[in-house]
Amino acid sequence: MSIRTPLAKARGLGSAKGGTDHFWAMRVSSMASLLLTFFFFYAVFRLIGADYAGVKAFFASPVHATLSALFVAVNAHHMMIGMQVIIEDYVHKDPARQLLLMGNQFFSILVGAIGVLAIIKLSLGA
Amino acid sequence: MAQAKPKPRPMSPHLQIFKPWPSMVMSILHRITGSVAYFGFALLVWWLAAAASGPEQMVDVNALFRTILGQIVLIGLTWVYVHHAVGGVRHMIWDSGRGFTTPSIDLLARLSPVVSVAATAAIWAAIYKSAGVF
Repeated sequence: MSIRTPLAKARGLGSAKGGTDHFWAMRVSSMASLLLTFFFFYAVFRLIGADYAGVKAFFASPVHATLSALFVAVNAHHMMIGMQVIIEDYVHKDPARQLLLMGNQFFSILVGAIGVLAIIKLSLGA
Repeated sequence: MAQAKPKPRPMSPHLQIFKPWPSMVMSILHRITGSVAYFGFALLVWWLAAAASGPEQMVDVNALFRTILGQIVLIGLTWVYVHHAVGGVRHMIWDSGRGFTTPSIDLLARLSPVVSVAATAAIWAAIYKSAGVF
């Protein structure tokens, strides 16, 4: 017979581990994404019909470049943690689950990195 | 003694059993639009990468996006993105502790597609107007 309490036995088991962090990250990233979306549509309207020089000129502005890079980075983060929940909900078997979770991170961070680098190049590049 | 046949366990209600309900349909749509936007976002980054690669690459991708199929995809993705954003706002309202009565849940769910379709139509009308299509 153990003198351990039921709580001590239950701790660390089950699916709830870092749930609160994830929940809060979802809220923060969705609020950030919503605000930056207004800038995104502003950018779309500024760039309609723009030629290459016009596009470069738009991103040459530090405000435009910073907000664009944030829009890409915030959405890459938001889509990564969102897809993580979907995978965790529907795929229960390892290693498929682990591989999909890993692939999700690789894809989201890759998309974010390409987008941010492209904006930096457009903004600063010759 | 003969083994008793195991009784079928009672099943928890799931998607195919519940009657579709506005908030339920919107919840499912939120997940679907999120998943589609996940891959759609790569198209935006593709354009950024093309523009960063040089004028020819940018013109090529622009031409692809200007085709009928390209336009349908972009309009579709706009709705997907806006609908997911509207769903997000709905969640923010709930997160603030408001809108939890059955009529308000129902109203928010029924308003969501109306707002997302209207916003998408307004955005694209403005885009075509700005581009001089009409």
